[in-house]
Formats: sequence, C-alpha cells, structure tokens
Amino acid sequence: MNLPRVPPLVPDGANTPAIYLDNQSSTRVDPRVLEAMLPYFTEHYGNPHSTSHAYGQVAAESIERARDEVAALIHADPREIVFTSGATESNNLAIKGAAHFVRTHPQGVQLRDHIVTLATEHKCVLESCAQLEREGFTVTYLPVEPDGLLALDKLAAALSERTLLVSVMAAHNEIGVVQPLAEIGALCHGKGVLFHSDAAQAAGKIPLDVEAMHIDLMSISGHKMYGPKGVGVLYVRRRPRARLLPLIDGGGQERGLRSGTLPTPLCVGLGRAAAIAGAEMAEEVARLRGLRDRLYQGLARRVPGLGLNGNAESRLAGNLNLTFPGIEAPTLIEACPAIAISTGSACTSATIEPSYVLRALGLPDTLASTAIRIGLGRFNTAAEVDFAVDALAAAAARLTAENGVRQPSGVPT
Amino acid sequence: MTAALEHCGNPSSVHRWGRAARATVERARIAVAALVGAPAEAVVFVSGGTEANHLAILGAGRQRVLVSAVEHGSVLQAAPTAEHIPVDRDGVVRLDLLNLMLGKAPSSALVSVMIANNETGVIQPVAEVAAIAHAHGALFHCDAVQAAGKIPLDASVIGADLVTLSAHKIGGPPGAGALLMPGGLDLTPLLRGGGQERGRRAGTENLLGIVGFAAAATAAAEIAVYDCVRTLRDALEAEVIAAAPEAVVIGNAAPRLPNTTAIAMPGTAAETQIIALDLDGVMVSAGAACSSGKVGPSHVLKAMGVAPDIAATTIRVSLGWGTTESDVSRFLQSWTALYRRRRGFAEKARAA
Repeated sequence: MNLPRVPPLVPDGANTPAIYLDNQSSTRVDPRVLEAMLPYFTEHYGNPHSTSHAYGQVAAESIERARDEVAALIHADPREIVFTSGATESNNLAIKGAAHFVRTHPQGVQLRDHIVTLATEHKCVLESCAQLEREGFTVTYLPVEPDGLLALDKLAAALSERTLLVSVMAAHNEIGVVQPLAEIGALCHGKGVLFHSDAAQAAGKIPLDVEAMHIDLMSISGHKMYGPKGVGVLYVRRRPRARLLPLIDGGGQERGLRSGTLPTPLCVGLGRAAAIAGAEMAEEVARLRGLRDRLYQGLARRVPGLGLNGNAESRLAGNLNLTFPGIEAPTLIEACPAIAISTGSACTSATIEPSYVLRALGLPDTLASTAIRIGLGRFNTAAEVDFAVDALAAAAARLTAENGVRQPSGVPT
Repeated sequence: MTAALEHCGNPSSVHRWGRAARATVERARIAVAALVGAPAEAVVFVSGGTEANHLAILGAGRQRVLVSAVEHGSVLQAAPTAEHIPVDRDGVVRLDLLNLMLGKAPSSALVSVMIANNETGVIQPVAEVAAIAHAHGALFHCDAVQAAGKIPLDASVIGADLVTLSAHKIGGPPGAGALLMPGGLDLTPLLRGGGQERGRRAGTENLLGIVGFAAAATAAAEIAVYDCVRTLRDALEAEVIAAAPEAVVIGNAAPRLPNTTAIAMPGTAAETQIIALDLDGVMVSAGAACSSGKVGPSHVLKAMGVAPDIAATTIRVSLGWGTTESDVSRFLQSWTALYRRRRGFAEKARAA
C-alpha cells in the first residue's frame, strides 16, 4: 500500500510536534479523496438534478458511482443509499422518520409506539428518542454490561409486539466497543421490529453487511472515514421496505426521502472514501491494532493503575478509552499540548460533566473524570505512537507526583 | 477551501485542532452574515437552502403559514397545509390580498415570500411584505437563495425575521446553506444531537462547505459584475423577440434578477428546445432543477396565469458572471435556428 504521507497539521503554526490522535472525533480527508473531489468543485459544477443537459448528467453520474461505492461497502443495493448532510441527520431521519411513518399510517400496521435503544448511544440518537417521547412514543433505554456490550437477553426481554424500532450503535464513539449486530438484527427481525444502527464510527473500519446483520436502517458519516464533513448516508432497506417519513421535503430528491440539491463533490468524496476503506480494511485493521496495542502496552508499563474502558476484544482497532487514576483528564490533556486527544465525544467535550457513557458502564465519577479517548487513524505512525506514550506517561508521572498520590508498589518502571 | 480540508479537527473538540476548526467556522459566519448585513450570531449553518427553509417554517412553530404561490418546492412542501398568497400575471405577490388574508383571522402566523423567483427571476416587494406581516404580528421568512449575490441585500431593509441562503447558488459549494435570524428567535430544531449551532442545528459542521460559502459570500459582494450580465440578458431577450415575435418573456413587466430569463417558444416543447440547445453545447433547463425530469407544468407559471400551452414551451436561461457575449450568440444561433426549423415544419404542415 502506497499511502501518501501528509505532515501533521500544526494549526497554530508553531514549530512543535503535533500528533493527531482524535480520529473518533473527525478524520483528515485522505489526499486521494480530495483528488477525486476537486474536479467537481471546478469543472463539473452542474446541478445533478438538471439532467436535461450534459453538465447535470456528469454530476448525476458521478453521484451514482458514489452511491455504488457506498453500497458495496455495506453489501447494499445502490437504490438503498440515501445521501444526507451527515450522521446526525441520518440518525434523526431514521428514528423520527420510522416513528412518524407508523404514526401517520396506522392502517394495516399493527400499532407500534415503542422504541428500544441503549443508554450509551450518541446524543443525536438519544435526543431524537427524547423528542419522540414528548410526542407520546415510549422509549426503553437499555443498560449495557460493564464492558459496554449489550446483553442480548435484556434486548429480547425489552421487545414486545408494540416495538417498532431498535437503535443500537455499531461501534461506539467513546469506548469503541462493537456490538453483536448480527445477533441483534436476528432478534429484531424475529419480532418484526426495524433495526437501525448508527455506524458512523464503524463504516469502513469493520466489515458491515446489512443482509447478514439484518439491518434495516444504517447511518454513515463522511468525515469519520477520511471523507469530507457535511455528508453522510442513511441506508434504507428496500425488501422488505423500511418505511420512513422524510424530515426535509421539497424537490423530492433521494426518492423523496431527503430533498435538497445533492452536494456532488461531497458525495463523490464519500464514495471514494468508502471504496478506499473497503479495499484497505483488512490491512489497515491489522496495522491499527498493532499500533493500538503498542500504545496501550507502552502506557500500561509506565502508568500505574491504567484502566481500559470497554470490551478489549470486540472493539474498533484504533480506539482506546483509558483511565489514569488520580489525574483529571482535562489536566492530562493540557499537559500534552502536542497531542490531540479528548475526554470523549467532541459534541460534549466542552462540558465538564463526566461522560454519561462511562457512568452507564458503572464507573464512579472519580474514575470517569480521569478518562481520555485516543483514536488512532490512517495517518498515524509507530513513531507518533511512541512519542505519545512518552508524552502521556511523563505527564502522568509528573501530575501524580504533584498530586502526592501514593504510587502502588511493585509497578515496573 | 482546500486549506480547510487540511483541518482534521472537529470544530466541537477543545484541543487546538478543534479550536482551529472552530475559528474557521466563526470567521466564515462573519462573512456570510455580512452578505446580508446581519450580525454574525444571526447565522445558523445548515446543509442547504432546502433545510434552511424547513427549519424556518417548521421551527418557527406558528399555527398559520402563508406562502406565495410561486415559492420554491422546498417551502411549499415544508408547509403542505399553508395558505397560498396569489401573484399577479407578472408573478408579483398581491400585497392587498396578503393584507386581507392576514386580517381575516388574527392568529399567530408566519409569512414566507422569496426575494427572487428561481424560474422567472421576478423580484418580490419583500420590504412591503415584511411591513404587512409585522403589522399583523406575523413573522416574515424570506427565501433569498436566488437573490443573494445578484442584487444588493440588506436584512434591515428586507425586514425579515428569517432569511434563507444557499452556498451553491452564489458560486460556493453545494451542501452548505444558512438560516439567518437577524433579530434573534427561538426555533425548534429540526436535527437534534450534539447541540452544535447553539442548539439550533445539531451535526458536525460542514467545514469545507462553510469555508467555501464564506469565500463565495465575500466574492458575491462584488455584485457590480451583474450589471454586465443584465446588459447581456436584455440583449438576449431583445434578439429573441426580434427573431421570433410570438416568443414570450415571462414576467418581463416586473423587476427581475439581472441574470434570469424565462422564454417561451410557442409550439415547441421545452424539452425539444433543451435537447436541441444541448446538442449545440448550450445548457439551459425547463425550470427548477429539482423538478426537472418530472412531468407536469411549472407551479410558478400556473400561479401567474400563464396558459398551459405557453408554460409547456418555456425554458429558463440563467446567465452566470462568467457568461460571455459569444455564449449568448451561441444560444441565439441555436435557438433561432430551431425556431426557423420548427416554423418551416409548421408551414409545410399547413401547406400539405
């Protein structure tokens, strides 16, 4: 694999090392993706819906190619791919759209007004569910096990003939755990319940197969897989059809499910990103897993009491969520200005509350407040990992000494 | 814009990568606000004009919605039960009727009227619409997608509570738009989640699109170039009428955008004209792009009382700032050649 290497971005222009380890928050646009997108900004600027002329046809054809590429990544039919402005919109459309469809089309549909999701879902899933509760739907927020995984018997117990939708994130944005999608899907389909999965973090990182996993609706984000921000996809099953009411009406684009002029360059970018991720997945997963283990082992050797949140096996290759006992996460992050890491979800990273996700795992607030999320990605190297281990371990040692926290004995240095 | 692609940061992250992305978004917010003379905090970035129109109409949460009969499909469909304000034969909204409609049922209402029509370019008297709406305690939403960058816009003159802008209609990238609230308003969000855009629109900001939008907004401030476009457009229309006296320029008695013209060639279906022009390398359309490929006459022309046989032969020609005199002559050559061929056929048919 001949990956173009981009020097890491130093946003303030300072001549210091800068290592981006926050790839669950957002990713750099792959140069190959950028190359694919550029002509659609400059030469091929036709409106893809003006198909009566050649400018529009070029744009429309490129969007259909992108649709094919995304479909191939998840073993879907291209006609099942709906482009959106991102995973937040996809999640809102899937959850509210499915619920609103059932509510407005009661004829022939057994009355279903119940939704099941997890306490650890992304904010946009939880907020969409909360809105539906205000509208009269019932929502069950299932707890997860201490390792972040859903216990299937709890899901089975929660499903009833009133359940219309189950929404479970494929791979978690904070703790990286990968849920047993095929088993969840089989349970749902056994009861005639729609299965939605937020795969913003999972798409392009783990194999996804909407058929084998019995998925009816799946959200994908461009900027989490080295594509551009501002574009995403909702996969919508055709057979049997997952019926939705659109959030945005208008010109009737995307088979009436999502109106608005499609952003050709962004769709092209997402398609290319999907194609690259699919082609390189096996190799890249092995590489990232090696880097991640190197990072974890390097830190575990030097940081006493280092904890790993979330199941270690069923997990994204690039993700670590670590607790540093006695060291508040914002302090540690501040002590390592050369490294981009975060306390958790970017959307909530400006808040000082401990993560609701870690609370749901049963972590006490005193420990949850010491958690950092590390997201390794396509452009990270072993040298960067070694630098990060040094920086984090040194900062942790210094902060621990300053805090006067007693070191547990017998820890090898 | 390509510099923005180098930002791997998420604007919501607190590390410096995130802060750099955030600063980029905030700089762009100032530039986009400046396009309509609004304060930066009035801007909510969204995925495009369609979403902005939905957010305005659904988010305002008013019981009654009145929209002009010639609004864009995204407005009409966001408010399927809205009352339609009629337009006159030039496509200009009937202010007297708006006043009557608002007066007959005093309840909280939202009035939505576009500045300039996407099919005909006809410009609405939006300041007057705003005054009437406000006199009745209604909110005024103005879809400025087609007008932005082509005519000067000033939010305080328009007097709108909500203004929709789209990046790709002002030379920016598709996939970015904005809803502006110059006076500040509480809106119910359409998309919920991470609380971006101060809770009014969740979802990671489309950094690239927003940067491109801002650059386009800054460039669009140079609207003087559209004076040249107006000259070209007027010449084009004059030549068309000279060559084909029975041709119709839709809405030509009303103030119009300098770059848009809707021309009917009676007797020749719009699709026939488009294909003939396309073969000669000239790209035009039969109206709104989002409705093209669909059958059925334009709701805009219908609302103006244009006869169905004329409406079916109307094409939309929109000139850009890069359109040249030779582009216009190429159009004229192709269009008049087609016209003569068609007339020839018609005469032969009559003779036979």
